[in-house]
Amino acid sequence: MPLPLLTLQDIDKVYQNGTVALQGVNLTVHPGEFISLVGPSGCGKSTVLRLVAGLGTPTKGTMTWPGSTQQRNDLAFVFQDPALMPWANVVDNIYLPLKLKRQRLRSVRGSIQAAINTVDLNGYGQSYPRQLSGGMKMRVSIARALVTKPQVLLMDEPFGALDEMTRSRLNSDLLRLWREKNWTVLFVTHNIYEAVYLSTRVVVMAAQPGRVVANISIDAPQVRTDDFRTSPQFNHYCREIMTALSEAEAAGTGQKR
Amino acid sequence: MGKQRKSGTVWNWLAPALVGLTAIVGWDMFVRITDMPPYLLPGPGLVLKTLVEEWGDLFPSLLVTIQITVLAFLAAIMSGLLIAILFAQSKWIERSFFPYAVILQTTPIVAIAPLIIIWLQNNTFMALVVCAWIVAFFPIVSNTTLGLNSADHSLQNLFESYGASRWQTLIYLRLPSALPYFLGGLRISGGLALIGAVVAEFVAGTGGTRSGIAYQILISSFNLQIPRMFAALLMTTALGVAIFVALTLLSDRLLQHWHESAVQREN
Repeated sequence: MPLPLLTLQDIDKVYQNGTVALQGVNLTVHPGEFISLVGPSGCGKSTVLRLVAGLGTPTKGTMTWPGSTQQRNDLAFVFQDPALMPWANVVDNIYLPLKLKRQRLRSVRGSIQAAINTVDLNGYGQSYPRQLSGGMKMRVSIARALVTKPQVLLMDEPFGALDEMTRSRLNSDLLRLWREKNWTVLFVTHNIYEAVYLSTRVVVMAAQPGRVVANISIDAPQVRTDDFRTSPQFNHYCREIMTALSEAEAAGTGQKR
Repeated sequence: MGKQRKSGTVWNWLAPALVGLTAIVGWDMFVRITDMPPYLLPGPGLVLKTLVEEWGDLFPSLLVTIQITVLAFLAAIMSGLLIAILFAQSKWIERSFFPYAVILQTTPIVAIAPLIIIWLQNNTFMALVVCAWIVAFFPIVSNTTLGLNSADHSLQNLFESYGASRWQTLIYLRLPSALPYFLGGLRISGGLALIGAVVAEFVAGTGGTRSGIAYQILISSFNLQIPRMFAALLMTTALGVAIFVALTLLSDRLLQHWHESAVQREN
């Protein structure tokens, strides 16, 4: 087994208002994994992502990057909302992370164009966000994430606001990119089917307090066809996750009463 | 759609022009029918005639007022922007100083103008600029502060996750986010700078100090040269409208690609 890329050990996160967002969370991420965090709202799945991104620090526990030296530079975050700057066109939006690293636009034009090609937005470089559809905005957001050539991609319900057709297209695109670029992906979603379709491992979480209740490996080939979505294997995994979720919920309500 | 937009623009100009024309014709008829003496209400023709006749006297005065207004407005923009950026650096700075900005705004300028004119009695022009500046600067501070604080939350997270410095976040995120608010503040302040200048000139004028177009309004009314007063008033109003139109055009130009306010104007 290679060195893990990232380990979270016994992480607690308590917010200033006393909310226990996470309690005793353990997670080991290996290079090249596609991990989905699934759970009800308030289970702290987004908090895990934010901690990994360095947006806030854990109250207790340790987070280490054994397999990597300069982790923070290799991270990219994709939010649910495409978070594009409305005053900047597509090229300038994608250029942002490089601009923040003080790189000249002239010297990175090639990388930006490559990122635009990768997400199939050729010819839209000069368009402004308001001229794009929801799915296209999300593609710009992904292009912005991949222009820095990250090792780790953190995605917080990136396709949650999109219609089903666009979502499934972007899912396939994301899988293709993941295979090509050798990314490690941490993907937050509340959609079980999406999690099973995309992931090599699904981490099931429960709320109050936010904790990990199950780790389910998805043993399916990396290239996933539409047939996979309707296969008995797919259904089996979905059921397994649902069971874990409802057991955790039942245990949680039992605890409270 | 292109055709619709074109005819839309024509109507945008034509409709208010028709209203204005009707009002002027109504005014003229009213003066003629009631045989109103010109020292009570001059007809539009007489006002226009006086404007042409007195142009040599009135226009230099208007230029003085324009100078006062523009200087005060520029001072308001720079000070307002700097103070807003300072406020946006920390909630505590904002909380500590904002009330005083409000006090400056709510103190009636008519009441403090004499004081400022006395303090700066060697330089009435500067005194008038200061008065106009006091009136004009608050909307810029208030609007820009609001704008700087309303940068999109996801974008703030994004900047943070890329390790952006405070300065980078200000330049690349908060200032552009504040632009529509700032421009809204400008439109209010531009008019207010003129009003501030006019009020201050009135106050200075009662003390016998000669200044800009508002002084001419005041003197004309003292001498019962009512058509001349109307002519000067007309110039002042035209200046105010010109300032507003110029700032609106600037705003639309700067925001044309992205902000709803400018975008929707197109159709």
